[in-house]
Amino acid sequence: MNETIALEVLRYNPDTDREPHFQRYAVPYRDEWVVLDALTHIKDQLDATLCFRWSCHMAVCGSCGVMINGEPKLGCHAFLRDYRNGVVRVEPLDHFPIERDLVIVMDDFMAKLSSVEPYLLVDAAKPLGEGEHLQTPAELNLFKQYAQCINCLLCYAACPQYGLNEGFVGPAALALAHRYNLDSRDTGKDRRAEVVASNEGVWECSFVGACSAVCPKGVDPAAAIQQTKVSASLDWFKAFLLPGGRK
Amino acid sequence: MSRRPYLRKIERHWWLRHRRYVVYMVRELTSLFVALYCALLVDGLVRLAQGQAAWEGFVAAISSPLGVLFQLLCLVFATFHSITWFAVTPKAMPVMVKGEAVPPWTIVTAHYAVWAALSLLVLVAAGV
Repeated sequence: MNETIALEVLRYNPDTDREPHFQRYAVPYRDEWVVLDALTHIKDQLDATLCFRWSCHMAVCGSCGVMINGEPKLGCHAFLRDYRNGVVRVEPLDHFPIERDLVIVMDDFMAKLSSVEPYLLVDAAKPLGEGEHLQTPAELNLFKQYAQCINCLLCYAACPQYGLNEGFVGPAALALAHRYNLDSRDTGKDRRAEVVASNEGVWECSFVGACSAVCPKGVDPAAAIQQTKVSASLDWFKAFLLPGGRK
Repeated sequence: MSRRPYLRKIERHWWLRHRRYVVYMVRELTSLFVALYCALLVDGLVRLAQGQAAWEGFVAAISSPLGVLFQLLCLVFATFHSITWFAVTPKAMPVMVKGEAVPPWTIVTAHYAVWAALSLLVLVAAGV
């Protein structure tokens, strides 16, 4: 039971460090432990100064996203047993500024998420007396997978386009815009198009597909973005070719 | 306590870090050959419009060893590009029938079927 596993954690203290550096810790190995357990062990037993975000420990809250051996993963979703006989290298998510240690600054994403208005937009609210907004299972199926997004930002860390151009609206925000555009109760597609169909919206995506590959919730942002490209192109042609189509 | 966020720069060789990025770069590069072959076809049309001498010159050029090698390269890269594109078509063009998503393989297979049918049509039209 005395087996240990080495964790190399990227440390950065804005008060004392000019740049980040790796620090190595030996953590007890447990078959049932995930990387988040190892980080918690470090904080509780070895080094209380280590900073990282977490909350639910069950892949629901989306707080504990980190780079594990170069791959974006949820700390609570990556078992130590998959890294046995090696070193586990833990870094903050790629492409985001580091606030401290494993904590990133996510202001840029929050602004982009707000910009696509990821909630139901309706032209005219239905009076309460007219009853609920019914939706069939078929209508729900259209967007259900996109509603599973937990804003963990693994897709942004995997996306080289976002890394190269931080203006890119990015996978999760575009997937959530698509989710509401597909919702039978929503009428805000044209309003979202200002952001979604702009140069830094879907057209900045070159379909690397890494976003969908790393998503821990089975969301497929790459598909959402390609579908938005198709529908944005159709809207553009309609606007220019059909009489009265131009606004 | 002061805020001094540190942004790590993306490495120049970021695309070598993972197989999926390498495959992406190869896919991007192969599209160059698809574009070059399109340019060759357009050039052929221009030569055809210029008359018999120009057209025969064009045919001689593409029949030379270098011309054949270029077209073979284009064929290999265009095939790779088509296969990787077909593989992702269910993402870009999902089909819903009666509220259920059509299985991805049917969309992919349909693309191969259309590819085969069009190729056959071209071969028949060319009198092969």
